[in-house]
Amino acid sequence: MPTKLEPTAEQIRDEQIYAQMGMTTEEFEMAVKLLGRLPNYTETGLFSSMWSEHCSYKSSKPVLRKFPTEGPQVLMGPGEGAGIVDIGDNQAVVFKMESHNSPSAIEPYEGAATGVGGVLRDVFSMGAQPIAAVNSLRFGELDNDRDRWLFEEAVAGIAGYGNRIGIPTVAGEIQFDPSYAGKPLVNAMAIGLLNHEDIQRGLAAGVGNTVMYVGAKTGRDGIHGATSSSEEISDDPGKERAPVQAGDPFTEKLLMDACLELVKSDALIGIQDMGAAGLTSSSAEMASKAGFGIEMNLDLVPQREEGMTAYEMMLSESQERMLIVVQKGREQEIIDLFAKYDLEAVSIGQVTEDKMLRLLHQGEVVAEVPADALAEDAPVYHKPSREPEYFREFQGMEQQEPEVADYTQTLVSLLKQPTIASKEWVYSQFDHQARTNTVVAPGSDAAVVRVRGTEKGLAITADCNSRYIYLDPETGGKIAVAEAARNIICSGGKPLAITDCLNYGSPDNPEIFWQLEKSAEGISAACLALDAPVISGNVSLYNERGGKPVYPTPTIGMVGLVENLEHATTQTAKAAGDFVYLIGETKTEFGGSELQKMLNGGSISGKAPAIDLDVEAARQEALLAAIREGIVRSAHDVAEGGVAVALAEKVFGTGLGAEVKLDGPAVSALFSETQSRFIVTVKPEHAARFEELAADARKIGEITQADRLAIRDADGNLLVDQDVTLLESAWKGAIPCLVNSEG
Amino acid sequence: MKFAVIQFPGSSCDLDLYHAVTDVLGEKAEYVPHHETDLSAYDAILLPGGASYGDAVRAGALARTASIMDAVIAAVKEGKPVLGVGNGFQILTEAGLLPGAFLKNRDQKFICRNVKVQVVNNRTLFTSEYTEGEELNIPIAHGEGNFYCDEETYGRLKENNQIVFVYSDGNPNGSVGDIAGLVNEKGNVLGMMPHPERAAESILGSEDGLNVFKSIVNEWRESHANQA
Repeated sequence: MPTKLEPTAEQIRDEQIYAQMGMTTEEFEMAVKLLGRLPNYTETGLFSSMWSEHCSYKSSKPVLRKFPTEGPQVLMGPGEGAGIVDIGDNQAVVFKMESHNSPSAIEPYEGAATGVGGVLRDVFSMGAQPIAAVNSLRFGELDNDRDRWLFEEAVAGIAGYGNRIGIPTVAGEIQFDPSYAGKPLVNAMAIGLLNHEDIQRGLAAGVGNTVMYVGAKTGRDGIHGATSSSEEISDDPGKERAPVQAGDPFTEKLLMDACLELVKSDALIGIQDMGAAGLTSSSAEMASKAGFGIEMNLDLVPQREEGMTAYEMMLSESQERMLIVVQKGREQEIIDLFAKYDLEAVSIGQVTEDKMLRLLHQGEVVAEVPADALAEDAPVYHKPSREPEYFREFQGMEQQEPEVADYTQTLVSLLKQPTIASKEWVYSQFDHQARTNTVVAPGSDAAVVRVRGTEKGLAITADCNSRYIYLDPETGGKIAVAEAARNIICSGGKPLAITDCLNYGSPDNPEIFWQLEKSAEGISAACLALDAPVISGNVSLYNERGGKPVYPTPTIGMVGLVENLEHATTQTAKAAGDFVYLIGETKTEFGGSELQKMLNGGSISGKAPAIDLDVEAARQEALLAAIREGIVRSAHDVAEGGVAVALAEKVFGTGLGAEVKLDGPAVSALFSETQSRFIVTVKPEHAARFEELAADARKIGEITQADRLAIRDADGNLLVDQDVTLLESAWKGAIPCLVNSEG
Repeated sequence: MKFAVIQFPGSSCDLDLYHAVTDVLGEKAEYVPHHETDLSAYDAILLPGGASYGDAVRAGALARTASIMDAVIAAVKEGKPVLGVGNGFQILTEAGLLPGAFLKNRDQKFICRNVKVQVVNNRTLFTSEYTEGEELNIPIAHGEGNFYCDEETYGRLKENNQIVFVYSDGNPNGSVGDIAGLVNEKGNVLGMMPHPERAAESILGSEDGLNVFKSIVNEWRESHANQA
């Protein structure tokens, strides 16, 4: 018996061995009560992983319940592998974003790679062909070897996995801030397409039906990953050999193709990815959701290593595996199907009536736990929440215009800030064209991917300015959703829904829990105002190192529908002579701005920019109407760095220049980060109609043939006057230069 | 005319080639899996990009051993046009159907972007629709696209006019002689690292690759008209 080395049930209780697995004494006692006896070692492992924050959302559930999750377009909201929205013509889009932060802090290549693999499985386990991948990344400043290594390796890991599996990485966003030093955020999103009749769920239904294991073999990698990702990153070097799984995109490609054939078979009852907490979560959740039980013989589980215990098999997070339930008697069809892809499909158990998760190993019952106890009965914590001191202080501060001596030089410096600088160094490593549907490639506001065989496209983006959220979580939460929606609108799409990846520090700190609560309120308000419900998501807490949390970072992944690909619009100017419009007025708002951060050595303070969601919605609607009329040649939202940066980005790569005039105090006019603003170019003959549609648009200038960006104040004095070529080389060269520097 | 699009385990650009030939050009195409042994029903053979066998050992190294490769070799002998793109080019060199070998990109990183490619030989089955010297805008997407051959081989390739495409606005990956695509001596096997199937529709940014497929079709039509 391999269990002979394992502690006894009494030892687990008396020596508090459950604590090493991340369970509190109260939680252990709850498990004892649910079970009616002391759990053995394997059973304690099942409880601890299923009740981890990662699997149970025990701390965040009360917050998540407040998200709007419904709408006529929603076919499936949160709760399954990924959410689903209708796009008409019997087709639907499936998407989900997931974090892989703690593995990426330890082994950035594999951590990021397996993050991509995991979220792709969430999508194809729903029956959808993945059509695009997206990522949202946060790193410390690129001024030290550690953070440069984390950045380079995480990017290489995403490329190594995504490129080999042949799913294009079409969009992404990256920000750099000292708050992420040594604790990067790696959030991966996948988008898939399916026909309504192919929608699958993770259900283990029908007594006697067969539970099958498909895909890669189980090894000892990633044991207790769900639990350790629910803890702070340790600085103890001995502890850093924490569980990180290795990814195999080749097996995943075969598994994906096989599963997409499988979903067409009427022998299939249910399918679920073995993600966090592997075999445990997939079996317990499939049984619990369907109201049945599962009995599995672990001797039959394909194993990569010898002598694995039940505990190890159940908690392994080996990649590229799926659990499926098929009609009894049709196992051979499934075996044959997977064999075509050189993959194993093995019957390891059956669906039972008694609602228990029962595990057999070497002729003995090694675990017998109610599936609901694992999947449904985890404790829910209403954590204390407290408004932080800093928030009151920041709210008391007046918006001030920073002093800037040389506007042109300041613009150059802003363009070199890695958060603003061109991300070409990153996205040129990602195959963004595979499957030949990428109509708008990375580098514009949102990517646009064609829905083959239709006139439609999908606009896809990820966004989150965590500095605003830190300063004011509720306002910042609204801005995160609004900015994502602006990017979708600028690309010619109408927002369909969002997925969110909530990355925070420890929820045990009341001030961090307050950030979580408040930002979720902001997100919810914006989702309602902009008609983009939450259909899926993920929570990643305990993103701390040395007691220092990351900025609250609820990344928003948004997908919009481009009704006709003729509406697909990019951010860059198209021709000299086109009029340049600024939609929205500019106020003096520098709290959390790129300029403030740059001038204050990385630190931020004050109020976040204000946002009025009604104004936001009205402007978005007007701009989309104009785009759909075909009179907008380019559209770009004003974000980090303000109007000056947005204007520069508008002409980069076009061989064109711009000549504009801005009202108001110069520093604010150029660099303020007032929300709900857009810069749009329009042909002169469409100017009248455009002004009719976009009531608060003002013409600020023209696109020119010259290699020059000239920005004047209302009196005609030149504020910024520089060759576009020079600005562009500063913007393009910044990240390669930082990556290649020493020290 | 009927194209075969070979599918190795791990191939991913099979779909892209298939759509370029069928949706864009309106020709017939079928997928043929790696374990098949007969390609006699097809008039042209396409080896797709992607990561066959997960790029294990070297990109293209394992695909060479697949059963279908005997049929590919037979098709080459019969004079049928055989085109390998990206990983397909790597497979053709691994199989000895084209000279040279591939190394990791000069900068050690995967590169996906549009590059400028010049047509240096338009007297082939694959390039007759281009004009000589024409500059094309075609994407590359590879991690091991650094074509290598020794000097003697390079001299021979030049002498025989086997170099068909060269990178013309900077060498993105370190390839010898800026080589982006080359044919065998007989002229019926083309390997190219840029992806013409990704430059076959204006909505995706470029149609500059389409003439590769049009050339194959037109050459085939002409040769069959002559026979008739």
